[in-house]
This record gives sequence, C-alpha cells and structure tokens, in this order.
Amino acid sequence: MAAIELRGLTKVYPGGVRALDALDLVIPDGEFFALLGPSGCGKTTLLRTIAGLETATGGSVVIGERDVTGVQPGGRDVAMVFQDYALFPHMDVTDNIAYPLRIKKVAKAARQAKAAEVGARLGLDHLMDRRPGQLSGGQQQRVALARVMATQAQAFLFDEPLSNLDARLRLEARTFLKKLQRELGVTTVFVTHDQAEALAMADRMAVMEAGHIRQIGTPAEVFQRPANTFVAAFIGSTPMNLLDGVVRGGTLEVAGCALPVPTSAQGLLADGEKIVYGVRPEYNAYASEPAEDALGGKVVIMENLGASHLVTLDVNDVLVQAIVPEGREPAIGEQGWAVPRRDRALVYRDGELVAG
Amino acid sequence: MTRFVLGRIGFSTLIAVLLAFFTLPLLWLASAPLTSDPTYKVSVPDFTWENFQTILEHPYALPSLYNSLVLSVGTALVVVLLAALAAYALSRVHLPGRDVLLYVLLLLSSIITGTAAMVPLFQLAVDLQLIDSQFGLILILSGGLLPAAIFMLKDFMDATPKSYEESARVFGATPLQIVRHVVVPLVRPGLATIAVWSVANVWGNFLMPFLLLRDVEKQPAAVIMYTLYTEGGQANLRLLSTFGLLYSVPVVVMYLIVSKKYGFRFHGGIKR
Repeated sequence: MAAIELRGLTKVYPGGVRALDALDLVIPDGEFFALLGPSGCGKTTLLRTIAGLETATGGSVVIGERDVTGVQPGGRDVAMVFQDYALFPHMDVTDNIAYPLRIKKVAKAARQAKAAEVGARLGLDHLMDRRPGQLSGGQQQRVALARVMATQAQAFLFDEPLSNLDARLRLEARTFLKKLQRELGVTTVFVTHDQAEALAMADRMAVMEAGHIRQIGTPAEVFQRPANTFVAAFIGSTPMNLLDGVVRGGTLEVAGCALPVPTSAQGLLADGEKIVYGVRPEYNAYASEPAEDALGGKVVIMENLGASHLVTLDVNDVLVQAIVPEGREPAIGEQGWAVPRRDRALVYRDGELVAG
Repeated sequence: MTRFVLGRIGFSTLIAVLLAFFTLPLLWLASAPLTSDPTYKVSVPDFTWENFQTILEHPYALPSLYNSLVLSVGTALVVVLLAALAAYALSRVHLPGRDVLLYVLLLLSSIITGTAAMVPLFQLAVDLQLIDSQFGLILILSGGLLPAAIFMLKDFMDATPKSYEESARVFGATPLQIVRHVVVPLVRPGLATIAVWSVANVWGNFLMPFLLLRDVEKQPAAVIMYTLYTEGGQANLRLLSTFGLLYSVPVVVMYLIVSKKYGFRFHGGIKR
C-alpha cells in the first residue's frame, strides 16, 4: 500500500497540446480517489502517466516515497484496469487472472492456486475455464478486478471501470467496487466522466478541466461548495442555477428579484459588484404562495424525477429550477416562488467562489 | 417472362462454359495419371497404377518433392518470424515516413524475385557463396516475400487493440514477452495466412531454384517437372500428369487443414 504524489506533473503531446499543466496532487494511502471531468480534460492522460504508459514532459510521480517518473510501467508496482478490461481473449479466466504472476515467474501450481483464491472471492469459481468472450460484461469486469488483485500491487488504477456496463449493472458494480476497495484498503485512483459515479464512490475527488485541476475535495465539499462555476455546472444530476446578479446595498439583485447575501459571502461583497448567484435546485424550496427573499415566476416546465419533480420557473425571462417533493406539484402556468436556502446559496465573482 | 427465362438460360450457359474451361484441366490431372497412355484429351481412365510405379522409381522425383518441402517450409519459417517482428514494430512505433517505406519495399519486392533481378541476384549469390545452397535459396526467397508479408501482417497488428499490450506492460511484461504471450496468439490467423501464402509461393517457384541450384539432387519438384521428357524430346505425359498430381496434393491438403483450423475468426467479444 502506498500514497501517490504528483509534483508539477506536465504532459505536452507532440504538436503542442498541453494535456496536463503542472498538476500537484497528493492521494493518501488507502484512499479511493476519483478523477472527474468532461472528455478531453486530461483525466485519462493523468491516469496513464501515473501508470507509466505516458511519459511525463515535466514534474514527477512519487508512489510510496519512491520517485517512479522515469521507471517503466512494469516497475512501478501499480495495477491497472482498462476501460475495455483488456482481458486476453485467447486465455481462459484462470490464465488471465494468473498472468501477472506468470510474468513474475511464480510456479504454475502456485499461480493457479492464487487465481482460484482470488476468483472465488469475486464469485468467479464456476467460470474459471471460460474464455472472456463467453462472459457477460459484469463478469468480464470482475475478472479484470481479480487480475489486478492477484498482482498485490501498491496502487490500483481504474480507467472508466463502469462505462462498459449497462445502466442497471452499473449501479450494482458501483456498490460492489466501493465495498471491495474498502476491504482491500489499496490506494485506488479511478477515472470517470460521470459525476454521479464519482460522488457515489470516491473518498475524495479531483474535478479537471483542460489539463488543470479545478477543485479537489470530498464529494460533499465538491457538491455543496463548488469552487468555481465550471465545477458548479459540472457536478449534480440537475444542473445548478447560475444567475447573473448585481450587489445593491445589503441585498443581491438577481433576475429582477431581491435576495439576501448568502451566509458564505457575508461581508465579502462590494456595492455595485457584478456577481453570479448559484443555488442548486435541491436547495431551492418551492412555494405556491408569495414568499420573502424568493425568485417568483411562472411555472413553464415540470420534469418527473421519480420521488420528486424538477420545476422550471420563468423569472423575468430567466429560467430558475427548484425541486418539489411528491404530492405538491404545481400546474404549468401557475405562479410559483423558489426560495433559496441562505446557507447553501453561493456567490461567484469572475467564476470563482466568494467565501471567507 | 420469356425474356427472363431466356436471360436465365443464357446466363447459366455462360457459367457452364466458364466452369468447363477451368474444370477440364483439373479433370485431366485426375484421370491422366490413371491412364496407361494419356493424351491431351480427357478420357475415361483404365485405372492403372503403372504410372505411379514409374514415378516412384524415378531417381529425382520423390527427393525433389522433399526438396520442395524443405525450401517452402524453411522460407515460411523465416518469413513468418521476421515479418511478425517487423510488422509489430512498424505497427506500434511511429517512424517518420513509415508508410512510404512500406510501399517502396512492397514495390521493390515484386522486382526482387522476378526476372528483372535475375542477373544481379545470381552475381550476389556467387559472391556470397550461396550458389547451389538450399539455405542461400531460402534466404533469397524470403527476401522476396518479406515486404508483402510485413505489409499484410501489419494490417492484422493494426487491428488488435493496444490495450491488451498496455495491460501486459503494466504487469511488467517485456516487449518480447508481450509478443509471445499476447500479440502472436491474437494475430495467429494472420500468421497462418502468411505461412500458407509463403509455402504456396515457394512451392510454385521455378525460376529461382532453376537459377541458383546446380545439383539436380537439390532441385525442387517445380524444376524436376521440367525435366520429364521422353528421349525424343516430347513431353512425357504419363510421368508429367502423375508427377503433377503428386505435386499439387500437398498444397491442397495444407490449404484445407489451415483453413479448417484457422479460418478467419477472431476471439474476444468486447464491445468497443
């Protein structure tokens, strides 16, 4: 087990594309860490650079106090699960799981015993002599996991481990993966473009954009207090309301309504300043009667989320969303008021969070 | 309607004629060896084994088939081994001008074992003392086949996902281990194709062994076939047909076996 430390890590592809720009990141021992970002943000490049499949242009990668920047992938003592699992199609499950041990010159009997043990732990006992082509997606994923477990590496790297599974299986696999990581206690970095996946599984996460880390924190921190409007817009299954506003005296003028300054930005705003007011639909209470400190408008769209509805209000030509619990759904065309929670609303200045 | 029927009849007749055109020589090859006095016509054989008897007693016939086997299998081994390594490297490493290099090689290769390069090749073989040596002949034949083999195999290599190899690399496999454990099994159908193609090519090559081998005992079947004449200088149809049959059987058998075993399929089942 080992911590992973990246110092000033830079990767420039031939042609001048800066995939990683002087990244600093410390992932403590045993942590389940998510790299989240839209496609092309450099998250997979970062993972591959940790694995050694890409050579860093600058900076260093330290795994367990050992600088491995110039070390070949095989010498870094990490194991990786690829997006397509990369199970060898010509080998059966046993041989696939035992392959890392074969490279380490472990005797055949010993490595088959180890494969059987790890396979049994992941519920693969009855599939050990099948070929990958004869397995379902979920089974293939477990074989890939068994294979990295057999390596007993210092750290695991998962590249979009769930993206090849269908939606239903993905939720099961998510729980399974989190439980497995907790039991093994191996430092694990995984890449995903699905914010829900990162929020659900990770102990901590980094949100990336264009080769930069825009925020590092626990899922709760990243969800409740996005450090900038990029993260605010990217995180959350319903996007955050980001509304242009102006500071007027002690209040904020947003979409023609007067709102109190959120707790987090208290005393940090100057009069007349242009800001962006951010509040998640989940933190907007909905009222069908006129309310104080609220954004009032006409209901234009209702979206069913299952146990609740997402209401979209037209507030003086600005769209504002709020969540309404079951049984209290307004009708389209009605007047409604979204009341932001003062302790959850946020203020952004020049795209960055205003906070003490 | 009538037009349609007439059209079908016309089409079928055309196909039948074409088919007969290609079938007759094969029929002749099947019947003539069993006939005691074959002519150029296809006739009902009288089922004599006499011709086979004569061929077995011929001093060079059977050894020449063995020579053909040595030359073709030797060349196939050299070609498959070298082409696999070269194609893998060319497929995975980005060299400036790689594709140009491949096309130029391919172009030149059609000249190398062709008539155009006869004289210089002969000269080269003499200088390197590779004349009248089966080993030398294998090297020269391999040289001629390699560019096309590399070209074909590179396509197979390009089609295998890189993640297999990267996965093996992260587990610590060396490049040679990756080739042995992962790449070769994955492109096995391609390797089989190249092997069959090389064997068939050498098996049918007349010019190179005729030029570069002196000793009649080292000559392959393709060259010996040329010597099967009667004392009068007439083609000896009895021997020619029988030897021709023996000569073609191994290639057909090889093709059937390889096609059955490796017929183009791809393992796996990963959605991508």
